[in-house]
Amino acid sequence: MKIRIWGCRGSLPSPGPEKNIFGGNTSCVQITHNKTCIILDGGSGIQRLGIGIDQSITKIDILLTHLHIDHIMGLGFFQPFYNPNITINIWGPSASKEGLQQRLRRYFSPPIFPVQLKELPSKPNIIEINSSQFEIDDFKITSEYVCHPGPTVGYRLQLGDTVFTYIPDHEPALGASDYPNNPEWTSGYSLAKDADLLIHDAQYKTSEYTSRVGWGHSSFADAVKFAELTKVKKMLLFHHDPLHTDETLKELFAEIYRDQHQKLELELAQEGNIYFLT
Amino acid sequence: MSSQQIELILSRQLADSLSIPVFLVDTNGTLLFYNEPAEEILGMRYEETGSMPPEEWSTKFQPQSNDGKILDPSELPLVQTLKEKTPSHGEFWIKSMNGEMLKISVTSYPIIGRPSRFLGAVALFWKSSNT
Repeated sequence: MKIRIWGCRGSLPSPGPEKNIFGGNTSCVQITHNKTCIILDGGSGIQRLGIGIDQSITKIDILLTHLHIDHIMGLGFFQPFYNPNITINIWGPSASKEGLQQRLRRYFSPPIFPVQLKELPSKPNIIEINSSQFEIDDFKITSEYVCHPGPTVGYRLQLGDTVFTYIPDHEPALGASDYPNNPEWTSGYSLAKDADLLIHDAQYKTSEYTSRVGWGHSSFADAVKFAELTKVKKMLLFHHDPLHTDETLKELFAEIYRDQHQKLELELAQEGNIYFLT
Repeated sequence: MSSQQIELILSRQLADSLSIPVFLVDTNGTLLFYNEPAEEILGMRYEETGSMPPEEWSTKFQPQSNDGKILDPSELPLVQTLKEKTPSHGEFWIKSMNGEMLKISVTSYPIIGRPSRFLGAVALFWKSSNT
């Protein structure tokens, strides 16, 4: 499978010359394999994805982790929604009461957005998941609720023996008093276990995290601990804080890379980067 | 090993943070966790016992009515909550692990996650003042 990062910024699009390397667009990751096109989250990065999308693609599956604005704000600007010849499935987590379609309508309606969901020419199918297992073409997908405010899932995508896990917004340290020592009681463990590639939240410096406990995000250090616990082969640190410049991110990365125990394969997620998993 | 569902993970974390005794069980009634205040009443430590099947924990403390009759597990609030998926409350006597007879008051509630996923139950209990 081919994985491309279209947006890896957290919380708010934050373009600018000081962020040219890692990018300012919010969460959006594309997976392609033969004719399959899966898009993880519809942050502002999905706009560029839509403009340049392979015209031979006739079906797109968008998997939303949750409905915080930075993960859906690009949907209205995704060109394939305006093409009636493309089948689009939007998958997303169930809430306690209100349906996914109703919750998406809050974004696809004035005054937030002028075009209503029902007016989109592609007539997207809305599919609710929770802690579920389902298939999209050759992919076996597991979704599971994870520790983040509001209904939020992470995804484990398996193609043959290859596993890619995506948990962009996640605070596993909040739900475990002895983090990271107890896999059974660590949010997201089953999703990430032994993955070939993990994309995981790493929004804060350790000093920033102490005043933001419960906001649903991880420090660099906690993200690395999670990767070590789950024994992933490689991790991309994702959901960069909108206030962190390229220089800040590089400094944080150098620090965490120096201090980590297991010498994991680590990278800062970077807009435009492409990975191949076989 | 698989991780527990997030609702159970957070319930355990909450229980771990509370200074009132708490029991956490899964849908089968297996005791997944009890916190430090519960250890004090029960006279045993979670680290030593680990998880326990319902047949074991529901009889381990010899729950008894006011007149000394041994209660059937089905009469316990937590077992009722697991069966009915509704909150339940009751008072009864238990014999703690150190042999002391204690009257306890128990309130239990089901853990029902999004969207209507029944995942287990929590019981809060404390020494009853109404002895």
